[in-house]
Amino acid sequence: MPGPMPGRMRGTAALVACATGVALPALAGCGGGGAGNTAGVVRASWGDPQGPLEPANTNEVQGGKVLSMIFRGLKQYDPRTGEAQNMLAEKIDSADQQTFTITVKDGWMFSNGEKVTAKSFVDAWNYAARVENKQKNASFFQDIQGYDKVHPASGSASAKTMSGLVVKDERTFTVTLRTQFSTWPDTLGYAAYAPLPRAFFDDHANWIKKPVGNGPYMIDSYAKGSAMRLSRWDGYPGDDKAKNAGVELRVYTDNNTAYTDLQAGNLDIVDDIPSAQLKNVKNDLGDRYLNQPAGIIQTLVFPMYDANWSRPGKEKVRRGLSMAVNRDEITQQIYQKTRTPATDWTSPVLGEKGGYKAGLCGDACTYDPGRARKLIEEGGGLPGGKVTITSNVDTGSHRVWMDAVCNSINNALGNDKACTVSPVGTFADFRNQVSDQRMTSMFRSGWQMDYPLVQNFLQPLYYTGASSNYGKFSDAQFDRLVDEANAESDTEKAVGKFQDAEKILADQMPAIPLWYQNGSAGYSENIGGVELNPFSVPVYERITVK
Amino acid sequence: MGRYVIRRMLQMIPVFIGSTFLIFFMVYALGDPVAALFGDKAPDPATAARIRKDLYLDAPLWKQYLHYMRQILTGNFGTAFNGQEVTELMADAFPVTLRLTLVAILFEIVVGITLGLLSGLRRGRSLDTSVLLITLVVVSIPTFVSGYVLQYLLGVKWSVVSPSVSPAAPFAELLLPGVVLALTSLAYVTRLTRTSIAENSRADYLRTAVAKGLPRHRVVTRHLLRNSLIPVVTFIGTDIGALMGGAIVTERIFNIHGVGYQLYQGILRQNSPTVVGFVTILVIVFLVANLLVDLLYAVLDPRIRYA
Amino acid sequence: MPEPPLPQTDPSDPNATITPGGGGAMSLATSDAETLEGGPIPGGAESGKARSLWSDAWHDLRRNPVFVLSALVIAFLVLIALWPSLIASGNPLSCNLAKAQQGSQPGHPFGYDAQGCDVYTRTVYGARASIAVGVCATAGAALLGGALGGLAGFYGGWWDGLLSRLADVFFGIPIILGGLVFLSVVTGGSVWPVVGFIVLLGWPQISRIARGSVVGAKQHDYVQAARALGAGNRRLLLRHIAPNAVAPVIVVATIALGTYIALEATLSFIGVGLKPPTVSWGIDISNASSQIRNAPHMLLWPAGALSVTVLAFIMLGDAVRDALDPKLR
Repeated sequence: MPGPMPGRMRGTAALVACATGVALPALAGCGGGGAGNTAGVVRASWGDPQGPLEPANTNEVQGGKVLSMIFRGLKQYDPRTGEAQNMLAEKIDSADQQTFTITVKDGWMFSNGEKVTAKSFVDAWNYAARVENKQKNASFFQDIQGYDKVHPASGSASAKTMSGLVVKDERTFTVTLRTQFSTWPDTLGYAAYAPLPRAFFDDHANWIKKPVGNGPYMIDSYAKGSAMRLSRWDGYPGDDKAKNAGVELRVYTDNNTAYTDLQAGNLDIVDDIPSAQLKNVKNDLGDRYLNQPAGIIQTLVFPMYDANWSRPGKEKVRRGLSMAVNRDEITQQIYQKTRTPATDWTSPVLGEKGGYKAGLCGDACTYDPGRARKLIEEGGGLPGGKVTITSNVDTGSHRVWMDAVCNSINNALGNDKACTVSPVGTFADFRNQVSDQRMTSMFRSGWQMDYPLVQNFLQPLYYTGASSNYGKFSDAQFDRLVDEANAESDTEKAVGKFQDAEKILADQMPAIPLWYQNGSAGYSENIGGVELNPFSVPVYERITVK
Repeated sequence: MGRYVIRRMLQMIPVFIGSTFLIFFMVYALGDPVAALFGDKAPDPATAARIRKDLYLDAPLWKQYLHYMRQILTGNFGTAFNGQEVTELMADAFPVTLRLTLVAILFEIVVGITLGLLSGLRRGRSLDTSVLLITLVVVSIPTFVSGYVLQYLLGVKWSVVSPSVSPAAPFAELLLPGVVLALTSLAYVTRLTRTSIAENSRADYLRTAVAKGLPRHRVVTRHLLRNSLIPVVTFIGTDIGALMGGAIVTERIFNIHGVGYQLYQGILRQNSPTVVGFVTILVIVFLVANLLVDLLYAVLDPRIRYA
Repeated sequence: MPEPPLPQTDPSDPNATITPGGGGAMSLATSDAETLEGGPIPGGAESGKARSLWSDAWHDLRRNPVFVLSALVIAFLVLIALWPSLIASGNPLSCNLAKAQQGSQPGHPFGYDAQGCDVYTRTVYGARASIAVGVCATAGAALLGGALGGLAGFYGGWWDGLLSRLADVFFGIPIILGGLVFLSVVTGGSVWPVVGFIVLLGWPQISRIARGSVVGAKQHDYVQAARALGAGNRRLLLRHIAPNAVAPVIVVATIALGTYIALEATLSFIGVGLKPPTVSWGIDISNASSQIRNAPHMLLWPAGALSVTVLAFIMLGDAVRDALDPKLR
């Protein structure tokens, strides 16, 4: 890797190189990042992160890519199995599933030489939770005792630190939760729980410009809105050392352009294949194409706060609508099998042991136009004779599947005006309409897991009053089963309870599971060893450069 | 003349105030942007309230506007949601878009006027018909398609150009995007030139010029073309602004982080500092372009005078 | 037509008697040209009578094959816009996803789109919304822009400043922002709000073109002459300037017709334009764009229909412009 050189100078150098190259037949080297190739560096597509790269303030995948390279937490999810394995944690013990004693491994450092201690975690978590720091992931810490003091619902904080976090010695701290939560240690692989060096607190502005962490990579330069260059940290103490010299993340305005650049040889990896190219990707890239499950499920939620949908007997209509969606055909024709028809409310990445159960939804998720029609009639018909599907359409080409689902429902019901799409111009507008409970019919809800746990697919979405329970579904039995599952120390039994709770969803159908989303990626002949983790982010440190 | 220019400059003040308020109001009317920052998760109310207060979004509209204007007068255009200063964003985006627009306008002028002149002089012949067909194609094929197809053929299949533009965005890389961007406008420039030429080729002063025995090329360039350019120049003047702010599709296809792209992002994220800042600069560009066009009228037709 | 119809020449009008030749209320310059050219004057049989420019134009148009042909095409388009079932028996909303993107088949000559709908039926049914949007928005923008721009160019001074700066403010509104604000409150997805919005954003450009033309035309000798002869402002503007300044407006408007039909697709794409069950070429073209590598036939037919429509209007505009141009007589 070249030394950290200001982005602007690099640009000028590229201009000269490209201008003199005009006469040559191939200009391919002059595209994209502009710096040209550097030996051993992976050139990867990127999107502009939506905020500063603080671990507890990053909740989208583009910022998450960087965090996955420059931070390591107590746990790390295995890229293949999704299983939470100890990373910086030597051990995490608990007798009562409420108070956990965490021991941090010896010998870990931040890339600026500072030691990673118990305090690095406790300070980071307290910072994340404090309301005045406005961290978007603050609510991840709400289970810790004393959260309400540092993050009151209104007014200013009455404490600076959470009482549930206590440093015992340099390598040990204890965490006390408000309630029992047996699988809590497995949530600690999420980026928001990363440790932070003193530099983060002492010189925040400079840290933001060039974040420093404890992961296998260091940031060399960051030109906001265009590119970030990372290089391997040779002093990294972990086992998962980077197999390449570095990664150059290039911001693309459009995934189609990134794909074209990959084809032209200007880019090494694209982790989001544009839907229009799904038909060609095998032809274009051969076996340099990955398509594997990711922890994302798409559902259509019913507004249960609307009596037209929640009245007793209407579950028949909800189940009938679910049966009217031909998931197989849509995932095949629209998505070329980069989505998998959903038959439960979790994700295949959890694995059988983790709580995924194919077919748990049963008949209700199987296409059966005849029964769909019958059930809807028995349930008193569609409210007002029609349904709409609402979603934002500014991102993710949602319009295509919305049209397809509506056509499927219309064909099943034999009425071409039964279902219409109701597109919303911006994501913000859609979010506001959803949270203000202004929905009168089905609306889209996409859920990307925070950590590969069945709890994360059920509790935040369907528990009474839960933060992302947008349809305001409420079922006492469901809540009780989730509580019991969380108190259960035996994983297998806990998973069983969660699945019992999930069966209630199959009966009540507060949300129609549509499909599990896959992660897809394509890569160039220059690189090998490409894998996607369960969050559909490439495992950069395992990529080898030829 | 001097007084006219000064008067036009003074007119910029009310336009500046009017358009900033209009755009500010429109972004405000889109609704609350904070919830979207939290992605698919429900925002934490306390955190959201803090962010709203920081962005001055908890104040009534008129207070927000005054606050914003006060900031602008001190040279502070606010920050975009990714934490970048809007001034910094503009300093990055405008030069790139300016270069792109320049390529597009030059292409429009050179190719558009040439084609228009030729087809106007040869009305009804095969060249005229071909130009008409090209017009139809560029009007009915979306920029997305022409851009993507050219990018694929030239960038991937034949490897003649780089399919995407680097952050430095030198002119060499902007040639293809500039041509793609200019295509729709090319139809207008060509047809306008053709019609004007056809109309003026019958004018008496032209007959006089021919009768005087002036050489044909001199008649065409000095007399015919010059007098036919008023509508063309007017159109190009209006097009500068449209090209600068409206190149969303082209900029996306070719990975250009320009004005259209940033403006689009700002609108989708409902970030008023970005949107108002960019539109304000664009409106100033329109005003200056229009003033230049009006001054050009007097050059093209000496009978037009400004008091 | 964008320009307002004019009353027949008043025989008692002093100007009408002053102008020599059969050109009616024609300018001195025109008469010169006619004399110089010395060719036969079209419509010579009636040349003895004084006729207005506008009735002259109509007289010419009826004999112009280009005009007749384009008028027939437009009549046909309007016919299928009103009664699409005349030539398409299918239902544009009945789609079979299993046939998505398949090519031409017996009974389905244009193939299927990405949702498995019949492209032929959708192209025929799309005519209604697209032609309504294209024609109405163009007419609205041309009338409003032409009138305001004409006034600004003719009167100059404060009028010009006010109208032109107003146009500048409207110019500044980004289409997407304007669409999201003005159209998201309208949820019906009908054609008229879309038309209104396009007029709102389209008039400034036509107004600039009209203003530039009028500023140029105002300087011509025949206008000065007419003014010297005591013609009023209204008369000057309508009789002498408008016919000579209208050509660029027609050119821009006829091409804009095509771009407005495409613009409707942009609005629909961001979720604020036409909504199903309305079918339009714009929406289908925009859907087809992303599939251009796999199913180009999806783009070919709606884009082809749009081309034919634009072609018809461009030819019509050309014919009208020629008929209005006294120098071509």
